[in-house]
Amino acid sequence: MRGRLQLDADARRGLSQISLPFAFSILLLAAPLALLLAMSFWTQDFLTLDRTPTTANFVEAWTNPIYQTLMLRSLKISLIVTVVVVSLAYPAAYYMSFVAPDNRKALLVFLITIPFWTSYLMRIFLWKVILGFNGVVNGSLMGLGIIDAPLDWISYNQFAVIITLSHAWLPFAVLPIFVVMEKVNRSYLEAAQDLGDTPFQRFLRITLPLSMPGVIAATLIVFIPTIGDYVTPKLVGGPSGLMIANMIEVQFKNANNAPLGAALSLSALFLVASVAGIFVWLNRRYLKSEGAA
Amino acid sequence: MSKRILTVFMIAFILFLYAPTLLLPIFAFNDSSIIAFPLSGFTLDWFASLGAADELRKATGTSLIIATSSSIIATMLAMLATSATVRYRFPGKGAMIGTIMLPMFLPEIIIGVSLLTVVLLAGLKLSIYTIIMGHVLICTPFCIAILRSSFQQLDPSLEEASLDLGESRFDTFRRVTLPLIMPGVVSSLLIAFTISLDEFVIAFFLSGTEPTLPVYIWSQLRFPQRIPSVMALGTLLLLLSVALLTLSEVLRRRSARRLGKDMTGGVL
Repeated sequence: MRGRLQLDADARRGLSQISLPFAFSILLLAAPLALLLAMSFWTQDFLTLDRTPTTANFVEAWTNPIYQTLMLRSLKISLIVTVVVVSLAYPAAYYMSFVAPDNRKALLVFLITIPFWTSYLMRIFLWKVILGFNGVVNGSLMGLGIIDAPLDWISYNQFAVIITLSHAWLPFAVLPIFVVMEKVNRSYLEAAQDLGDTPFQRFLRITLPLSMPGVIAATLIVFIPTIGDYVTPKLVGGPSGLMIANMIEVQFKNANNAPLGAALSLSALFLVASVAGIFVWLNRRYLKSEGAA
Repeated sequence: MSKRILTVFMIAFILFLYAPTLLLPIFAFNDSSIIAFPLSGFTLDWFASLGAADELRKATGTSLIIATSSSIIATMLAMLATSATVRYRFPGKGAMIGTIMLPMFLPEIIIGVSLLTVVLLAGLKLSIYTIIMGHVLICTPFCIAILRSSFQQLDPSLEEASLDLGESRFDTFRRVTLPLIMPGVVSSLLIAFTISLDEFVIAFFLSGTEPTLPVYIWSQLRFPQRIPSVMALGTLLLLLSVALLTLSEVLRRRSARRLGKDMTGGVL
């Protein structure tokens, strides 16, 4: 510690209170991430680790077509899901904030919150039950004699992964947008109306820019976890719908090549951070051009 | 005009959100091992089959131990972190709270593999302790988000009065602060408990010979003949989640009312 630093009693009390949770995060988050980084520069030599530093794992992760395909597919699926989710969540949040009567808001928030706390695994699994070869859709259509063979375009492919992930993350995107919309000062809208703006102009020039921070939050909340989703591709993706997380698991477990798994994990993390950074940067530029920031 | 379209959209939105969930109770009571319409009849067999599953009982026990420990540890850490950040100014505050909140912004698989790396390198054995550590890590940020409003609504003059009247810091916390933030604490415990009970990826990477409930469910999903039983189990879990969530919401509102403040905010 910097002994010379003058800390008043309050600062010392604050530091002593936060030290335990902070130490826990350092020990169980920062240190493991540092070890993961170190591991990614090592080589698996059957049962032992060769600790001579090498970038071979990263070269493999970024040039081998298998990993390239999985990485790009994860990025593509995650981006599509993010766009689908945010464009469905936005009008829902708009309804909750601007259209719904005040006494109905709490109920709507509660309805949107319930799926948060129901089992993620079960929610994903239900889509396998719906879309699978013997699932609700195919089973019912065949049982009714409408089709003879299962519809293969709905099962075990990227389409199924996109639908399932979109459904699973919808509620998570509504609330951040709603919370920001609730803070939009309603008198701005009245002023614009008095000055002759049409409802659409008011939306474009006031509501949309002011709700943008919520949209960005929702985008990140959906994008970051979906790119690393393990359960959905495994349950409903089939071979053509597998994503990078499935490969990371294979490397850590069955293939027994933890260093390559570490390199793949960090590459995915790098990808997530870069794209998230781009979102935030684009948002700043948009808000600047609107004169709101 | 646009209001009507939005209303219709909202109804469709809620229906889409809940439609898959409705399949759980429907097929949990359906007397057929094939999951498809039309339904064949009513049965309680699938629920009865759960009672006979020994592994299920063990996995439930493991999950309850992990969820209870994780929620208690995460809530205590979150109380310390929130009290420090809401009430005091100190150097490095932003960086420290940022590190503590970071797991909220990381894909879970990254947390899973980084902890797995530590376990592999340290030659430790995977056990329920490794899962508890991972769960405390991901629950703490949510607990902080919930406790923040409790601490913000706390009137500092009440604590000052207690200190001025000669109570020690510890007794002030125990007799003044804690009762006032208690509903927030209980709500934080419930949310952390629910997250831990439901968490799959980290548990999947870090579980050894004792699977948690989601890891057990995962192992059952491979067998088509087990699916109706899984649906029955899912129905029970759904009821449990809704009950816990309702309880936490009721407590949060009571706390808001007790502190005489508005009732906005909440989980997020």
